[in-house]
Amino acid sequence: MLSTNYHLNRKKAGKIIKAIVFIIAVIGAIISAIPFIWMVSTALKPLDEAMRYPPTIIPENPSWKNFKEAWSTYVPFNKFFLNTVIITVPSVLGNVFVSALAAFGFSHLTWRFREFFFMLLLSTMMLPYHVTMIPIYIIFRRLEWIDTFYPLIVPNLFGSAFYIFLLRQFLLGLPKELDDAARIDGASSFMIFWKIVLPLCKPALMTAAIMSFTANWNNFMGPLIYLNKMEKMTLSVGLSMFQGTYYAFYNLMMAAALITLLPLLILFFIGQRYFIEGIVLTGLKR
Amino acid sequence: MFTKKERSEGFLFVLPWFIGFLLFQAAPIIQSLSLSFTEWDLMSKPLFVGFNNYVHLFSKDPLFWKSLKVTLIYALCSIPLCVITALIVALLLNQAIPGRSVLRAIYYLPAITSGVAVSMAWRLIYNPDFGLLNYLLLKFGIHGPAWLSDTKWALPSIIIMAIWASGATMILYLAGLQGIPRYLYEAAELDGANSFQKFTKVTLPMLTPTIFFNIVISLIGSLQIFTEAYVMTGGGPQYSTYFYSLYIYENAFRYFKMGYASALAWIIFIVILVLTILQVYLSKKWVYYEF
Repeated sequence: MLSTNYHLNRKKAGKIIKAIVFIIAVIGAIISAIPFIWMVSTALKPLDEAMRYPPTIIPENPSWKNFKEAWSTYVPFNKFFLNTVIITVPSVLGNVFVSALAAFGFSHLTWRFREFFFMLLLSTMMLPYHVTMIPIYIIFRRLEWIDTFYPLIVPNLFGSAFYIFLLRQFLLGLPKELDDAARIDGASSFMIFWKIVLPLCKPALMTAAIMSFTANWNNFMGPLIYLNKMEKMTLSVGLSMFQGTYYAFYNLMMAAALITLLPLLILFFIGQRYFIEGIVLTGLKR
Repeated sequence: MFTKKERSEGFLFVLPWFIGFLLFQAAPIIQSLSLSFTEWDLMSKPLFVGFNNYVHLFSKDPLFWKSLKVTLIYALCSIPLCVITALIVALLLNQAIPGRSVLRAIYYLPAITSGVAVSMAWRLIYNPDFGLLNYLLLKFGIHGPAWLSDTKWALPSIIIMAIWASGATMILYLAGLQGIPRYLYEAAELDGANSFQKFTKVTLPMLTPTIFFNIVISLIGSLQIFTEAYVMTGGGPQYSTYFYSLYIYENAFRYFKMGYASALAWIIFIVILVLTILQVYLSKKWVYYEF
């Protein structure tokens, strides 16, 4: 009797704790979402309402007008958008592919000095961009690549230490028996990489691709340094210029900001199942 | 087991990365070091000046000290706060609660959208006249400060934003939590451990490698903060958010003092190296590795 009572109480306590956890988690999620909600709300308002105090959370007469104006009336955001796509797409593809190649070399193949090169790779993650920024700028200036997209794309085509590390962790978990079986059938290492390993590490590739996409899409200092001409600008720098000129038009600013975020949000919601669960399940296993 | 061909072939897969390393990391490091001993405006020839840049920045440059101080305060405040917040959120979202994957996505959202757009949104929220934050605070009877235009509150404002964006590390903690084997909890239960004991004796020690990894990565990241300050405050008011990266950027690309900027870059590089080595050394005392 006593013990069933005890169990019932414990079960009840467990339910209450779960409810509290849920409520706290939801409140936190609302706080996380507030800046986004506020952006949308402001972008849908006319200017006088956007600057009204006390603020209205839900716009009185929501209108898409600001988005249309922000897109092409004042600053050519449509052009910036296209430029950003032209830079980001080859950067992501090259970055992820080369990172996957190196990750395969660091996990599925055995070769002399492998551990040494892997330590080298890890230590490059400690390198701040400050140190390399100026010499790289000088190289690209000599190549007369200022005001072109090359300085923003080319460095991506050699992979990134962090993605190599991430992909390697995932590849270590794949059974090598498949490799051996294919090798007996006469497959080369590249064939094994291309036909067996790449298809099996889709979640990890997706994770690296989303991270690389956001990093390139949000890249601010790069375009700031390398691009001067208006018609070459990317969204992030265009947005900050827009803020400099139209700083008092809060509703337009938020509409423009949302335009820059939209592709990220779409990509994230399509990929988030892969993405979050992908990191959670494979992430940092040793 | 392996033929000779297979032995050397592995390096071929790593080669593209290694070429990139030589071109965009190794060579620039050396050039940066040699530039730091020169005076150069990109137009004329670099002029060798020995240790002058270093002597100048240590003895005659208050902005060097100011920006270093601002950056270190930012790192020392934001890292522990972000670690604790992300850890708590990860613990909450590791429970079997309804809508868990939606909640995870919402918490992760700020990490995806970092940059100019979000900084602009926060500027609006911090606005002292009609911003959302002071309006909400007033509902609790608090008269909020002027945030970004107040020398005392500008840096805390940027730290608050960093805490808001800590979802990226939250995911890594979730991964760490998933990696703790069930049987450790079962064993603890058999020994009569309560929830709190299970947390301090099993969960925390098993998470220490993840916490360590996050601290190392976020230290390097937070010493390089740039966009938020450039967009929200421009380093002000009165240099209260003048981060080290801003100072390097302005020296290099506004005043075209390439030599001086390189010397500044090398100082922060050494700071990062020393702090990282120190952390690796200290980690032996608190990080639990299971072999």
